[in-house]
Amino acid sequence: MSTLTIDKSGPRRKVKYGSMSRDRVWALRWSYFFLTLFAIFSLLPPIYMLITSLKSSAEISAATNPWWVYHPTLSNYIELLTSNQFLRFFWNSAIISVVVVAITMLISVPAAFALARMKFWGSATLATGVFLTYLIPDSLLFIPLFKMFALVGDWTGIQLINRWYVLLFIYPTLTVPFATWIMIGYFASIPKELDEAAIIDGASWFQTLTRVFIPVALPGLIAATIFAFTVSWAQFLYPLVFTTSTDQLVMPVGIITTLIKGDVFNWGQIMTGALLGAAPPLIIYAFLMDYYIAGLTAGATKG
Amino acid sequence: MVDVAFQQNRVQGVRRAGKRITLRNALKRKSTAAFLMTLPLILLIAILVIYPAFYAIHLATLNKAMTKFVGFGNFQFLFKRDTFWMVVEQSCIFAITAVIFKALIGFIVAHFAHNIPSRKQRKWRGMLLVPWVIPPAMSTLAWLWLFDPSYSAFNYTLGAFGIGPISWLGEAGWARFSVILVNVWFGAPFFMIMYLAALKSVPDQLYEAAAIDGANWWQRIWYVTLPMMRNIIAITTLFSLIVTFANFDITRILTAGGPLDRTHLFATWAFKIGIEGSDIPLGASVSLFMAPILAVAAFFILRDVSKRGNEA
Repeated sequence: MSTLTIDKSGPRRKVKYGSMSRDRVWALRWSYFFLTLFAIFSLLPPIYMLITSLKSSAEISAATNPWWVYHPTLSNYIELLTSNQFLRFFWNSAIISVVVVAITMLISVPAAFALARMKFWGSATLATGVFLTYLIPDSLLFIPLFKMFALVGDWTGIQLINRWYVLLFIYPTLTVPFATWIMIGYFASIPKELDEAAIIDGASWFQTLTRVFIPVALPGLIAATIFAFTVSWAQFLYPLVFTTSTDQLVMPVGIITTLIKGDVFNWGQIMTGALLGAAPPLIIYAFLMDYYIAGLTAGATKG
Repeated sequence: MVDVAFQQNRVQGVRRAGKRITLRNALKRKSTAAFLMTLPLILLIAILVIYPAFYAIHLATLNKAMTKFVGFGNFQFLFKRDTFWMVVEQSCIFAITAVIFKALIGFIVAHFAHNIPSRKQRKWRGMLLVPWVIPPAMSTLAWLWLFDPSYSAFNYTLGAFGIGPISWLGEAGWARFSVILVNVWFGAPFFMIMYLAALKSVPDQLYEAAAIDGANWWQRIWYVTLPMMRNIIAITTLFSLIVTFANFDITRILTAGGPLDRTHLFATWAFKIGIEGSDIPLGASVSLFMAPILAVAAFFILRDVSKRGNEA
């Protein structure tokens, strides 16, 4: 778990199963066949989102072939992107995710450095504790956290329930443990000679961190940042529990609670909203896939 | 963990052999600096993770209005309810089935991806990981629409083959199937990526030796690939079991526990009771039932990991 490299080239060796070339050709054909099947399965929901988002409500309720768009229209997109409510969700999600990423990195990078390099009393226990914290799911803590923040409101008069900024306190419980965990891994994989050289040259611990460790472990830092962002953006349970007014909602909860009204499902708009909600992580993924995979294989996430 | 500690010992040894006075000064500054650097982390974990965990235990011993201590009253109440035992059963079925299928599909797909030339692997890996990148709440909405009984894609497609409309989310059996299917769809890419990385780290010579000894493909998988990947399989399964067991998003959006509570998991049932039904103590008691099961899973698989690690 400590050797983490970003693998851009793939494996260098050729895979050889069997000794005859005909076997290999067939193995390759079967591999492509099954990979295509699995790729279709994987991409089915996002493609279906896109298809439905381009349809008008009339076309959807006419129950024509669901896999084809006969009269493509952008009306769903225009309607959502000009709706103040929807832009509000987007803005809430964006500001929460960005601030949470900043908080996460500020807490976890120094902590990971201390845990990976500066051995002190209880550091090994604390590192294990961070790992165990990372295993605690959100669905175990939402009820006590909700009650805690309600009590804080009662005692101090500072109302935190049903305010979007309460999520700035809550999300770091999810992002900080794993960011710390993968940064410990990345920092531990840096050769000792580098920080020894820095210490001999008279650098303080803080300078060693900012001048040596952060630049060297930048790929890990980027992976941790991406994960913190994705987790904050995708979080569903906590905002569902903590926020209820429509102007306080984040994207996933907002789409689900406002676009689904009773039994009337405006599927065109719901799919458009879902696609727009999925867009930021997908765009980041499209450009930084290698960091995603490096972070994933570093034990960064759960699935 | 072991690796980190080992390297720290080594470097301290190296430093001790070198400059003694600077080392002592550095150590003096080091402990304070290290404490300050980890302080925010410690505070965060203590206040927002450990304290709520114990607070949940306290909450679970109160009555609904949270005015009176009732001891194990909430638990006794739960044990007498059929719904509770149904939720226990459903959570176990859901988690075990979903994890087995995620692991199997991930293993198979990783093998196929490993077979093809490495230049093309990147593209396929990119496509196959998409389910894991989309926020689960958003992709589950797409599945909800795919499962729609009257207007939607699955029943339309099946209708072309003359298979009658299936009430995907309306019938207990199908609803459970659908919830598991979506969870497998979401989680399988994670296994695929982990297994693919593990497959790449298996030395080629082992396969060559097996081939010379006349092993067929099944024997190569059973005697070479699986033993080499044992650790990664155990770790991935641990993660996935915990997360699947505590799953909320997918079930909540797809069925909200219905029909007739037949797809409720601990998380969704705790939400329904604790937040929607405002019975916070009872909800806390329900969610607490996840803790021992998760702890046991974590313990067994972690023990397995360290045991295998020592053998190797």
